[in-house]
Amino acid sequence: MKQLRYLRNVSTLKLDVETCIGCGMCTIVCPHAVFVIEDSKARIVDLDACMECGACAVNCPVDAIAVRSGVGCATGVIQGALQRTEPTCGCSDKSSCC
Amino acid sequence: MGGQEESGRREGAQSCCSSGRRPQDVGPCCGGVSFALRAGAGAPATPWIEGIVATPAGGVPRVTTKLTRSDRLGGWKARWALGRMRYSVEPGLYAVGSPTSESPVFVSANHKMSLDRLRSNLDGRDGWILVLDTQGINVWCAAGKGTFGTDELVHRVQAVRLDEVVSHNALIVPQLGATGVSAHAVKERSGYTVVYGPVRAEDLPAFLDAGMKAAPGMRRVRFNVRDRLVLIPVELVMALKFVLIIATAFLVLAGLGRDGFSIGRLGTAGVGYAMLFFSAFVACCVLLPALLPWLPGRAFSTKGVWIGLIVGGASVALGAVARADVFGSWPASIGWILFVVAVASFSALNFTGATTYTSLSGVRREMRVALPLQIACAAAGVALWLVARFI
Repeated sequence: MKQLRYLRNVSTLKLDVETCIGCGMCTIVCPHAVFVIEDSKARIVDLDACMECGACAVNCPVDAIAVRSGVGCATGVIQGALQRTEPTCGCSDKSSCC
Repeated sequence: MGGQEESGRREGAQSCCSSGRRPQDVGPCCGGVSFALRAGAGAPATPWIEGIVATPAGGVPRVTTKLTRSDRLGGWKARWALGRMRYSVEPGLYAVGSPTSESPVFVSANHKMSLDRLRSNLDGRDGWILVLDTQGINVWCAAGKGTFGTDELVHRVQAVRLDEVVSHNALIVPQLGATGVSAHAVKERSGYTVVYGPVRAEDLPAFLDAGMKAAPGMRRVRFNVRDRLVLIPVELVMALKFVLIIATAFLVLAGLGRDGFSIGRLGTAGVGYAMLFFSAFVACCVLLPALLPWLPGRAFSTKGVWIGLIVGGASVALGAVARADVFGSWPASIGWILFVVAVASFSALNFTGATTYTSLSGVRREMRVALPLQIACAAAGVALWLVARFI
């Protein structure tokens, strides 16, 4: 996975170390090992590995993490731009089910 | 959607889930039990269900852990985008093995491939499977959309009356569901504790044997050659319509020449160009995922340029060898390569959606630069190629 790296310094991930209680949820849910816990606080060790999925922010019990999450998908960005909505991927066709 | 307004997608189903009726009393849309019972006990409606497990909350269908040929065929068809959006199962509670009230609860999506992956890795184990309504979408994508999320999880726990089935309060949620599920919110609203399981279902046995602890490797998303190559069919099929339109355009335009339009040329050069474009696109779709880590550049549009140069160059060489009248002049060849480079770069950019490591901010930044260049490159390529037909 080390070979597969996306653009540098683009992630919107922010961690408020003051608020962090060091529960470690972010280290559990992050699929790219962006965080570590050191001295009972989380620390971002690999910002460029962040894919902005938002799992850390959603599961942080004290809202110490902020990230502008969304699908990292060009088709989604184009569709969103055309429909004037947030980027959305085409994998859900609402009419086909419920 | 939070599961409030679901009406079944099967025939004659009514909106029922918020009506307060017991899951097994109502139509085929909730609870996950009725469609199996409908066929009568002992004669399950679905081959991967083998009987019913009785619980205080009603009968729960037991799933098999061995995948059959029809399961594999279904997965294969979904990979080829055949009926991909209908590849779903009923949301609700299922049993695996002979579970008791102490057995673990595994949460999954109502995408058949997600459920197949889960049940086949629970061979020889006892447990409960809580299938959320994600509209037939896999866990990670559905979590990104929020359909695999806190609302639906809390709703489904209540809809199947899980508290009457199990005596503990732990839910094993696949780690990639964390984008949509908020563990502390689920605890607050339902009393159930979310335990994040491994990313991959095949690590579940090791996770369970270690006392529900994931080794660091189990928490990482991979994107190895196999993970990338399985994406080829669906990428091909999704783009097929546009590729056929472009190939047809080349077919027709190749009829143009100094002497006007010639059907004969359409039949020779036109067919050649259409076939070349089609094969160039297929080559791009295969080479990009295969070579992804080794292509120079971090931006996908850049990686696509290399593929375009390889494939465009190869097709010109092939055209020259196969039939001299396809690329009769160097402007036609250069125009062709420019066009193939633009298409390859654009399709590589689109591949960002299928990867496991690109970010929205990155894709946006890349697109601002790449899209105008790709459009210019494609326009220049077509113009040069067209002009060459009249020289």
